[in-house]
Amino acid sequence: MGKRELSPINAGSMADIAFLLLIFFLITTTMDVDTGLQRRLPRLPDEDQQEDTSDKIKERNVFVVLINKDDELLVENKPMDLYQLRQKAREFIANPNNAENLPEKETKELPFFGSVFITKNPVISLRNDRGTSYGMYIRVQNELVAAKQELRDEISIQQFGAKFDDLTEDQMDAVKNYYPSVLSEAEPKNIGGK
Amino acid sequence: MSRFSKKGKTGMAQINTASLPDIVFMLLFFFMTTTVMREVNLMITVKVPDATEARKLEKKSLVSYIYIGQPLRSFQKMYGTEPRIQLNDQFRDVVDIQDFIAQERDAMDENDRNKMTVSLKIDSDTRMGTVIDIKQSLRRAQALKISYSANKVDKL
Repeated sequence: MGKRELSPINAGSMADIAFLLLIFFLITTTMDVDTGLQRRLPRLPDEDQQEDTSDKIKERNVFVVLINKDDELLVENKPMDLYQLRQKAREFIANPNNAENLPEKETKELPFFGSVFITKNPVISLRNDRGTSYGMYIRVQNELVAAKQELRDEISIQQFGAKFDDLTEDQMDAVKNYYPSVLSEAEPKNIGGK
Repeated sequence: MSRFSKKGKTGMAQINTASLPDIVFMLLFFFMTTTVMREVNLMITVKVPDATEARKLEKKSLVSYIYIGQPLRSFQKMYGTEPRIQLNDQFRDVVDIQDFIAQERDAMDENDRNKMTVSLKIDSDTRMGTVIDIKQSLRRAQALKISYSANKVDKL
């Protein structure tokens, strides 16, 4: 009697349920991706050569952005609001009108583009005080990265009909040469005291 | 045709699939535990800033994390309210970062060591002084690839 009542329970669906859970956890694990502004720090300078490289860069090729302890901007010795910064940085990187006070330009051979008249090597130097808030620092960095990215996107669309991120590796390299990455993580200095 | 089906009926015993769920559960538990293990028990509040230009970090296994922020309320009695550095599960100082990087680097595959990225998860209210110190010690530790962790937003 007892033997007959014990028919086996169909456990086949158990595997399905477990698989479902497994897939759920697999997906949620990878969904939490970290995003951020990726930068490369400069190497520490060797002890025997100090500061002599910084003098070689001409003043017109450097775009100085200072942030003080009250999160105020000083761009090329003029106070500025954050929303103006992107435009200014774009003008600096591209120097469309070949202005005297903006970076030097030169003619260069680039793959895909041929011979182009571009800025030589503009450098954006971002300096901050120890009292600057990190939030402000990231917002300024973001504006500067955005300026570069906008220019790259524009030239990519003009030349290849696609945004920079959708280009092939070779095309990307060409565009990168057209508008090089210019932001330098300058040696920290205390500006404006603590 | 008929011979085939006859053979199947008599010769093939049903495979017992009752252990299949056990195997799958085992996998499930494996993934569940490893997911939890990698997470750090945060003892500070970190609200990373927003940025429109934030990019995805590739390859999580190559990323080490440094957290900076104000200690949680339950830790404030011991550690104060000034932003502190957390490495793994402990409060640390700037001087410990070099050791931490060396440790993380040792744990990595030899070929991947130069691809190591350090993700700085820093609260937006932190002062840059702390961040500068950390950047300097990262340079000293030769960990030059960094990422300022930020939430990707479409518009600021």
